[in-house]
Amino acid sequence: MDPLTRQDTLPPPLSASPAARENAGPGGHRPGPRVSYSKFHPAGTFARLLGLITPAWQAVPGAIMLGSSTIASNIGLMATAAFLIASAALHPPAGKLMLAIVGVRFFGITRAVCRYLERYVNHSITLGILGRLRVAFYRTLEPLFPAGLPGYHSGDLLSRAVADVATLENFYLRVLNPPLVALAVAAGVFLFLASFGRTLALAWLGAFLAAGVIFPLGLTIAGRGVLRRQGEARAALNTALVDTVQGLADILAFDHGRGQQEYIATLDREYLRLQGRAAGLNGLAAALTGLAGNLALWAVLVLAIPLVNRGQIDGVYLAMLALTAAAALEAALPLPMLFPHLEGSLAAARRLFALSDARPAAGDPPSPVPRPRDFSLQVKGLRFRYGPGEPPALDGIDFTVPSGARIAIVGPSGAGKSTLVNLLLRFWDYEEGAIFLGGYDLKAYPPEELRRFIGVVAQPTHLFHTTIAENLLLARPDATREEMERAAREARLHEFIHGLPLGYDTLVGEEGLKLSGGQRQRLAIARALLKNAPILILDEATTGLDAVTEREVMDSIRHLMEGRTTLVITHRLAGLEDMDKILVLDKGRVVQQGRHAELLRQEGLYRHLWQLQQEALP
Amino acid sequence: MLLNQDLIREAGRVRRQLALTVGLGLGASLLAILQAWLLARVVNGVFLEGRELPGVWPWLMVLLGLIFLRAAFAWGVEVAGHRAAARIKYDLRRRLVAHLLALGPVPLKDEHTGELVNVLMAGVEDLEAYFASYLPRLALAALVPLAVLGFVFPLDLFSGLFLLGSAPLLPLFMFLIGGQAERLTRNQWETLGRLSGHFLDVLQGLTTLKIFGRSKAQVEVLARLSEDFRATTLAVLRVAFLSALVLELVATLGTALVAVSVGLRLLYGRLPFQEALFLLLLAPEFYLPLRLLGSQYHAGLAGVTAAARIFDLLSRPLPAGEESKVDSPARRDEVVAPFIGATRHPGRATAPPGDNRGVAGICRKEGIRSGRRSSPGEAGEGGRPAGEKSLPRRGLHIILEDVYYAYDQGNRSALQGLSLELRPGEKVALVGPSGSGKSTVAHLLLRFLEPDRGRITADGHPLDRVPPEEWRHQVAHVPQHPYLFSGTIADNILLGRPHASREEMVAAARLAGAHEFITALPQGYATPIGERGLRLSGGQARRLAIARAFLKEAPFLILDEATAGLDPATDQIIQAALERLLRGRTALIIAHRLSAAVRADRIVVLDSGRVIETGRHEELLARRGLYYRLITASRGAV
Repeated sequence: MDPLTRQDTLPPPLSASPAARENAGPGGHRPGPRVSYSKFHPAGTFARLLGLITPAWQAVPGAIMLGSSTIASNIGLMATAAFLIASAALHPPAGKLMLAIVGVRFFGITRAVCRYLERYVNHSITLGILGRLRVAFYRTLEPLFPAGLPGYHSGDLLSRAVADVATLENFYLRVLNPPLVALAVAAGVFLFLASFGRTLALAWLGAFLAAGVIFPLGLTIAGRGVLRRQGEARAALNTALVDTVQGLADILAFDHGRGQQEYIATLDREYLRLQGRAAGLNGLAAALTGLAGNLALWAVLVLAIPLVNRGQIDGVYLAMLALTAAAALEAALPLPMLFPHLEGSLAAARRLFALSDARPAAGDPPSPVPRPRDFSLQVKGLRFRYGPGEPPALDGIDFTVPSGARIAIVGPSGAGKSTLVNLLLRFWDYEEGAIFLGGYDLKAYPPEELRRFIGVVAQPTHLFHTTIAENLLLARPDATREEMERAAREARLHEFIHGLPLGYDTLVGEEGLKLSGGQRQRLAIARALLKNAPILILDEATTGLDAVTEREVMDSIRHLMEGRTTLVITHRLAGLEDMDKILVLDKGRVVQQGRHAELLRQEGLYRHLWQLQQEALP
Repeated sequence: MLLNQDLIREAGRVRRQLALTVGLGLGASLLAILQAWLLARVVNGVFLEGRELPGVWPWLMVLLGLIFLRAAFAWGVEVAGHRAAARIKYDLRRRLVAHLLALGPVPLKDEHTGELVNVLMAGVEDLEAYFASYLPRLALAALVPLAVLGFVFPLDLFSGLFLLGSAPLLPLFMFLIGGQAERLTRNQWETLGRLSGHFLDVLQGLTTLKIFGRSKAQVEVLARLSEDFRATTLAVLRVAFLSALVLELVATLGTALVAVSVGLRLLYGRLPFQEALFLLLLAPEFYLPLRLLGSQYHAGLAGVTAAARIFDLLSRPLPAGEESKVDSPARRDEVVAPFIGATRHPGRATAPPGDNRGVAGICRKEGIRSGRRSSPGEAGEGGRPAGEKSLPRRGLHIILEDVYYAYDQGNRSALQGLSLELRPGEKVALVGPSGSGKSTVAHLLLRFLEPDRGRITADGHPLDRVPPEEWRHQVAHVPQHPYLFSGTIADNILLGRPHASREEMVAAARLAGAHEFITALPQGYATPIGERGLRLSGGQARRLAIARAFLKEAPFLILDEATAGLDPATDQIIQAALERLLRGRTALIIAHRLSAAVRADRIVVLDSGRVIETGRHEELLARRGLYYRLITASRGAV
């Protein structure tokens, strides 16, 4: 079972609460500890996070050992060197110093070697965790998409999730590893010092705890307010900068340039002021850690001197004890950063868990999968709203599409056209009314099975950052080269692809070749041709294309529609003359239906939209 | 060395703070040396001289004092370093914003908003570590070892020579292996970036994957990619970490060898114990700043990378009219003068354009970012003088004569000898196929661009002799996609005239047909909108833009017609509002709808940057030229 969805590590009432889910929405991005702790218990999140990276644990003891050895080598180097010099001061025979000399040289080498191995092992573990997190997160997100993701429209939810996964990648390295290494070193040093005198060991432990736990905790608490306000100031500055870049024309046209500049300067001053306070606290943390190390040295020295005087400790060990105490504080150095990283990791984990705890919007049906009798569609009394309290997106829709017929659904934006597509593809499940495909309720088909019957050309077409061929073959991975090229040819894309230096192996997408709007649409059409599904949905397939390109793309589409049950969703009234029926949607209801010529004769929304479009100029 | 000219120039601006940072760092190191000496002194006293605690107590107290002083210095280094960096960041961000504003929207049209904002936000932040840590550490890496040697040489020539000899090995290895390894690592992290990009790509395309039933298969692809990545990364890291290995090895082995050599000389009585222990304690202090510099390599690298992006943006050439303004804030009163009569805000013209100082703070509640108007010279200008309403409502007389403009350094011609006259109060519709130069004309008249050749005059005054921001007081612009700023609805309308009274603002909203929908919102005019507020529909945004234009009361209007499909009721409201707005103004309308062209006093048809024909709707139809073809073509497409 997938670790991300595993419920056993989490208190049951927390994972499923709607409030927790809300936390992942667009408004709940910023981690507000006070709000979140009440929703997700930190210990629960922590345990779940641990569970997620459990399989990488085999390498962890080795990594901890190497980490402790690195620090122990440095302690060993300074301690044996001090011992060597102190022994030499007593002018013993040279042979008596051999062991110390070997020890000094040994630790001089092991320090570097252990550090090298430690870094290597830790990176290996971190990379393993990263891979696991990605896969686990994808696996839980996949069934939810797109309906189960609250507010995914805001787009940045996904970037946020990717960033959260990247944050968790540091969970082991910055949160788990340092305290374990610190513990191992502290135990060793404590026992070593205790063998000389218990007071020494206790004084050292006090300094170590101050450096590793007390100071960092205090500063984290003291800095919490500053950090929060700094985050807010940063967000405000960022918003103002986004406004400036995106609204540049409006700012200049209204001669608000200098005002905007002053506004940004004011925000920046506030941000930098808070940053200055945070820097002061950080500086304090660094200074206090150093202070603790030196105080440990001083305290051990002061406590050891009487013991030396009384002969309880040989004076030859005095320098060694002081330097051991100071050098061992190295293990406490990464601990101050543990708390901010812990908070960051828990916040990221909480958001991801909240996402993955959302329930899929469309479930698999229990009964055996029906075989559709034909590819007709029947919509009866369909009502749908995206959430409780929201206005209905579809408010009682009825229509029928016979197998092989062509029907258009038009209307102004917000009429409910896209909602209908989402329901047909079972991205969401309807509550009232029903849709029948080939005589069976849509809910009787598992979403995956259902989508096999449907080809979609939508806008914008997502191109993956890979080759054109792979983008096409997505539709049917086992298609032959000939089949793929035939589809491209029918979509009138082959000539263009063929003209590229790398042909079908050209990289497209985010960092690849930029395709024009028309080319992207033709690629989508080629995909649909390759998929060869009996039902076709054209969702604003030509929106945003110029008139010439639109006509060309429509030609390809006409070819695609042949012999398929077709639903054309559009707000542009182009090429609707040969539709078998046109439904005019407004505010979730069908306000008119009929063929193009009939609708034009009626006084109504269709004619109005048509007239508006008639008078459009290029 | 990770230094570049731009960064050194910036560092020069804060040389005093940087010197303080380095000075405090050096002070802390000197204290560390002193502490080492005292420690050696105390241990010697107890161990060899057999002193008791009271005997060494004064030394111990001085030692304790030093320890606290050292902590204070260490804190000071951090604070001073941040101060220096903060000044540079503030200054650079300010210059970047000024430069963006001077560049205007046209040169930035193809830039990604996110990337630009990233340069201003994260890019500038990357300089923090560079100036606060990397540069001071660079100086300390040179100074502190020298200071340590200053103590070592008088005590022990051999140890001094040994340290001096081993020191160059650290920078040498850092740049020999380090440079190579860094490059390898960096490439690898770029691959990681791509992997992360792939992850995002898959998530964004999940709908597509689902439609094709391919989403489940991606689990294996992701797992395989991650595993491949892990294997190749580890292979690279095995080499990359060698540089750190060598650095560490030189430092620890160096310390070890110093310890052994002084130990042996101590054994043969050639060196006293106290000095031998002091030398042992100095050895790590000698290597420490060099190792710390190594750990700051990333900060240095990030700083240089960020600087490249920042100074690339700052070096973008400005449009002709903007250069002098950014470089030297010159007064332009004499050329401004002709327009004062037509300006509703005469006080503005007397404020020196470059004067950004003296603005204490901006209170957003007072109106949208009213900073500009609160400068001292304009203090008395809050309300509008009584006579302003009696402005002659006739509009400007604008003439474009033989205007040429080309984009991409003259490579992509947009206007080729365009001549156009807008008589006072005349409504002229621009019509033409896409790419015919309609937006270029609007950009020239907004002074976002300056003509390559030709002349533009307004009421007889050449436009290029008027500062752009002064000219823009005369122009109201209703763009096709108005931008709504993060702020309240009121803030967004008040952009038209920041110091308008509430009544004037509401009146403008009424005229724009926006008042009704605004008052229907729970918070009315105080409703937050924009990136972090309510999302308005296209029709609502458009009405706010019209309200802005009403509030501005400029004599010249540039109207970019919206093409978005509005519902019939909204469309009617907007048409009526525009009709009111056009009254009494000279207007240039970039027409996307036939009705706008029909209503205009004159239609100007553009093609390839020239005026092809001009006249009223019926005249042009009768001529059966380009206009006729455009209209029939747009119908034919349907």
